[in-house]
Amino acid sequence: MAETSYDLIVLGSGPGGYVAAIRAAQLGLKTAIVERELLGGICLNWGCIPTKALLRSAEVYHYMQHAGAYGLKAAEISADLDAVVKRSRGVASQLNKGVAGLMKKHKIAVHMGTGKLTAPGKLEVTGDKGVETLTAKNIIVATGARARDLPFAPADGKRIWTYRHALVPTEMPKKLLVIGSGAIGIEFASFYSDMGADVTVVEMLDRLVPVEDADVSNFLEKQLKKQGMTIMTGAGVEELKATAGGVSAKIKAKDGKVESAEFSHAIVAIGIVPNTENIGLEALGVKTTKGHIDTDAMCRTNVAGLWAIGDVTAPPWLAHKAMHEAVIAAEAIAGGHPHAMDVRNIPGCTYCRPQIASVGLTEAKAKELGYEVKVGNFPFIGNGKAIALGEAEGFTKTVFDAKTGELLGAHMIGAEVTEQIQGYTIGKTAELVEDDFIGTVFPHPTLSETMHEGVLSAYGRPLHI
Amino acid sequence: MPIELKMPALSPTMEEGTLAKWLVKEGDEVKSGDLLAEIETDKATMEFEAIDEGTIAQILVAEGTDNVAVGTVIAVIAGEGEDASAAKAAPAPAAKAEPKEESVAPAPAGAASETAPAPAAAASAGAAPKAAPTDKGDRIKASPLAKRLAAERGIDLAALTGSGPGGRIVKADLEGAPAGVAAPAPAAAAAPASAPAPTPTQPFTTDIPHSAEKLSNMRKTIARRLTESKQQVPHIYLTVDVQLDKLLKLRGELNGALEPQGVKLSVNDLLIKALAKALIQVPKCNVSFAGDQLISYERADISVAVSVPAGLITPIIVGADEKSVSKISTEMKELAGRAKEGKLQPHEYQGGTASLSNMGMFGIKQFEAVINPPQGMIMAIGAGEKRPYIVDDALAIATVMSATGSFDHRAIDGADGAQLMQAFKQIVENPLGLVA
Repeated sequence: MAETSYDLIVLGSGPGGYVAAIRAAQLGLKTAIVERELLGGICLNWGCIPTKALLRSAEVYHYMQHAGAYGLKAAEISADLDAVVKRSRGVASQLNKGVAGLMKKHKIAVHMGTGKLTAPGKLEVTGDKGVETLTAKNIIVATGARARDLPFAPADGKRIWTYRHALVPTEMPKKLLVIGSGAIGIEFASFYSDMGADVTVVEMLDRLVPVEDADVSNFLEKQLKKQGMTIMTGAGVEELKATAGGVSAKIKAKDGKVESAEFSHAIVAIGIVPNTENIGLEALGVKTTKGHIDTDAMCRTNVAGLWAIGDVTAPPWLAHKAMHEAVIAAEAIAGGHPHAMDVRNIPGCTYCRPQIASVGLTEAKAKELGYEVKVGNFPFIGNGKAIALGEAEGFTKTVFDAKTGELLGAHMIGAEVTEQIQGYTIGKTAELVEDDFIGTVFPHPTLSETMHEGVLSAYGRPLHI
Repeated sequence: MPIELKMPALSPTMEEGTLAKWLVKEGDEVKSGDLLAEIETDKATMEFEAIDEGTIAQILVAEGTDNVAVGTVIAVIAGEGEDASAAKAAPAPAAKAEPKEESVAPAPAGAASETAPAPAAAASAGAAPKAAPTDKGDRIKASPLAKRLAAERGIDLAALTGSGPGGRIVKADLEGAPAGVAAPAPAAAAAPASAPAPTPTQPFTTDIPHSAEKLSNMRKTIARRLTESKQQVPHIYLTVDVQLDKLLKLRGELNGALEPQGVKLSVNDLLIKALAKALIQVPKCNVSFAGDQLISYERADISVAVSVPAGLITPIIVGADEKSVSKISTEMKELAGRAKEGKLQPHEYQGGTASLSNMGMFGIKQFEAVINPPQGMIMAIGAGEKRPYIVDDALAIATVMSATGSFDHRAIDGADGAQLMQAFKQIVENPLGLVA
C-alpha cells in the first residue's frame, strides 16, 4: 500500500510545482507531487520550451533564406513542417523525462492522477489505479492556467487554435489570423510568418505587446510590418466562424469600420484562465480575485496550511515567477525566512523576431508613479557586434530615477536580448545604482555593450553614438 | 611607500571619535589583523585593526585625544624595507597620494559632478576596520541604493535590520526609517546629520568643593537622547500590578530542566519575551512616530537597558517574540557581558522596536522610564515583592510587581497603551504561553 502521509504535497508539476517539490525535498521534507497529465506541466510540454524549439527552426529557416546576405549560397530551401514539429515534441519529451529523473533523485513521491482537496491537509487523487487519499500538514496548489477562449468562438483545434493546437500543426496555415499580441500571440505570429504564412495580428489595445514599453511596441510594429505581417491595433474580432475551407472573421478596425476577412486558420491568444475548478478550493473557502488565488508574500492562502504559486495566483503569469515562488513557499514551509519577491524585478521575455526582453517599469508607468526619470536609449546600429551579426535592428532603453539613480526599468528589443536582460535584473535585484552599471566593464565585442551604452545614454554620455 | 593610518568610520554616521588608547607604539612591527588602537565612538569602544603590514613610523594623534575627525591621519606605517625614519620625515607628499581604501569612488572623470558618491557613503564603504570579531563580521551589508539613500537622508544604516538576502539592507528597509531628525526632507538634507551641540557650554562655577570630570561620549549621547525624548515626545504612563507567583514557579521548573544545558533563566529573560509577545498581540503599540508617517513593526525587537560602568546601553534582542526563552537568556547574557566591556557593535544596540528597563533588583517599587526614540514605548519593571493581594475574593499573600509603560502619545492612544499593559499582565500571569 502506498504511503499516504507527507510533510508536503504539491498539486501540479509545472515549473512551479516540481521546483517546489525539489526545494522542499532538499530541505528534508517528505514530499509528494500530484500530476494529472505530464510531469513538467504546460511550460516544458506545451509552452515555453516546445515553442522555443519551433522558433529555433523558424530562425534557421530565416537564415537559410537570407544566406546571401552573409556571402553564402543555399539552394532549394524548403521547410518540412512535420519534422519541425517532431523536433519540438522530442525536446519536450526529453525534458519531461528529465523532470521524472529529478523527482526520483530527490525521492519525491509522484502520484499520477487528478487531485482534489477534501479537507485542510487532505487530498484525494483519482488516477488509473483508483482513488487514494494523501495527507500532509502543508499543501501547495500549483495547478497553473489554460488558454482563454473567445466566448463566441471556442477553439475547435481544426481551424480555430489555441497555443496547444498551434504547437502541433498538421498543416501549414496559408493565411493566419492571430488574435491577441501578448507574448504567446506574437511568438506564434513570428513563427508562422517566418515559416511562410501570411499573418495578420489583431490587438484590442492601441499597440502590440501592451505590457512592454511603448517604444518597444512601436519598434516591433514597424519590424513586423517590414517582415510582411498585417498589424491591426485598437481592433477587435467581432465574429469568428470555422468554414469548410478556413475561418471567416469580422474585424472592427480602429476607425470603427467592420470588415469581413477570410483566413485559413486563427490562433486565439487573448489571455489565460486559472485552473481552480474542481480541486476543492470552494469548500475550503479559499479566497480568489478574478479566479486567481489570493496569496501573501510567502505564498500562503487564507487557509492555514494551504499555499499557492504560479499562474493560479496573481500575475505576472510567467514560469520563472512560479519557480521563484516555489522556492519561497518551500523554504517558508520548512521553517525558513525567505525574502519576498519584488514583482518589479521579474523580467519578461518574448521570443519573436526581433526578441523582446524587459524588467521593471516602463517609462510611462514610472512617470505615472511620479518619478522624475532619466531615460537612455541606445540603438543596435551603434554596436559593432550587432553589425557583424547582421542584426543591427534593435535598441536598449533604460529608465532611471533621476533623484536616486535607481534603475526603474530596462527595455530591450533586438537579437538575443532575452539572454541579456538578466544583467539588468541582477543589477536591479541587488539595487545597484547608475554608477555601478557605468563602472562595470562589459566585454567587447558583444551585444551586451548596448546595456552599458543604454545606461551611459541615460546620463548623457553614450560613447558610440 | 609609507602608509597613512586614518581615523576610521566605525559606523556610517560617525564623524569623529576619541582615540582612547594606542595598543602599539612607534617602532612596533604590525601585520594585517593586529590590533592598533581602541577607538571610542558615541556608545562603544572598538578595536582598530591593521590592514597593512609594516612598522609604526610615527604616531600623530596621542591617545586620549577627543573629537578626532574621521579621515584624520593618526599614524604612519612604513612598509617592508622602508626606512621608518624616512617615512616619518616625509608624511606630507604621502598625504596627497590617493589612499587605496578610497578606490571605491567614482567613475571616470567625465562623470564626476553627477555621480560622485555622497561623503558618508564613501566613508562607510571605506577602510572597514574590525571591531570585536563576531560570526557575522562587522561589515554593514547594504545595497548601493540603500547606502546612497541613507547618506542623503542621514539615516544610520547600522541601526537598521536588513530584510534582503543574508540580512542585507535594501531600499525597502529604509522606508520609514527615522532620518537624523524626523524633519521634512529638504531640511534634513540641509542640516548636518548629527544633532547640534546639546547645550552651550558655559563655564561652571561653584564654591562648593568638587571635582570635575569630562563627559564620556556615552554620557554625552545619553544626555542628548534623553533630553530630546523628554522635550519632543509627550509621554503617558500606565501602571499595572502583575502577580508573579506562577511565573516564578515556572522559572524554577524550567531552570531545573535547563540546568544540564547550563542555561539559567532570569525573571527578566521571561519578561523580555512577555513584552515582545504583548507587542505582537497589540501591534498598535509596536510603532514609531516618524514625522509624517507612523511605522508599524511586524517583529518585536526588545532593547534591554543594561547598566554599565560608563552609563547605560541598550543591547537588543532581535525578534524576541519568536525566540525561545532559553535563547533570549543566552543572548542576553552574552550581550550584557560585552556591553560591560564596551564591546558592542552599533547594530547590537541601535534599533529595537520597544524597550524594557528593570530596577526590581534595587528594590524600586515602581518608576516611569524615558522613551528611547524613535521607539514608541518602554516598560519599566519594579521589584517583585510579597504583598497582600486579593485572590478569589479572599485576602492572600502574593508576589506582585508593578509595571509601568511609558508611551509616545503622538503615536499611541491611551486605550491602546492600556491594552498592551493588559496583554503584558495576562501573559505574565499565565506564563505557560511563554514557552509554548
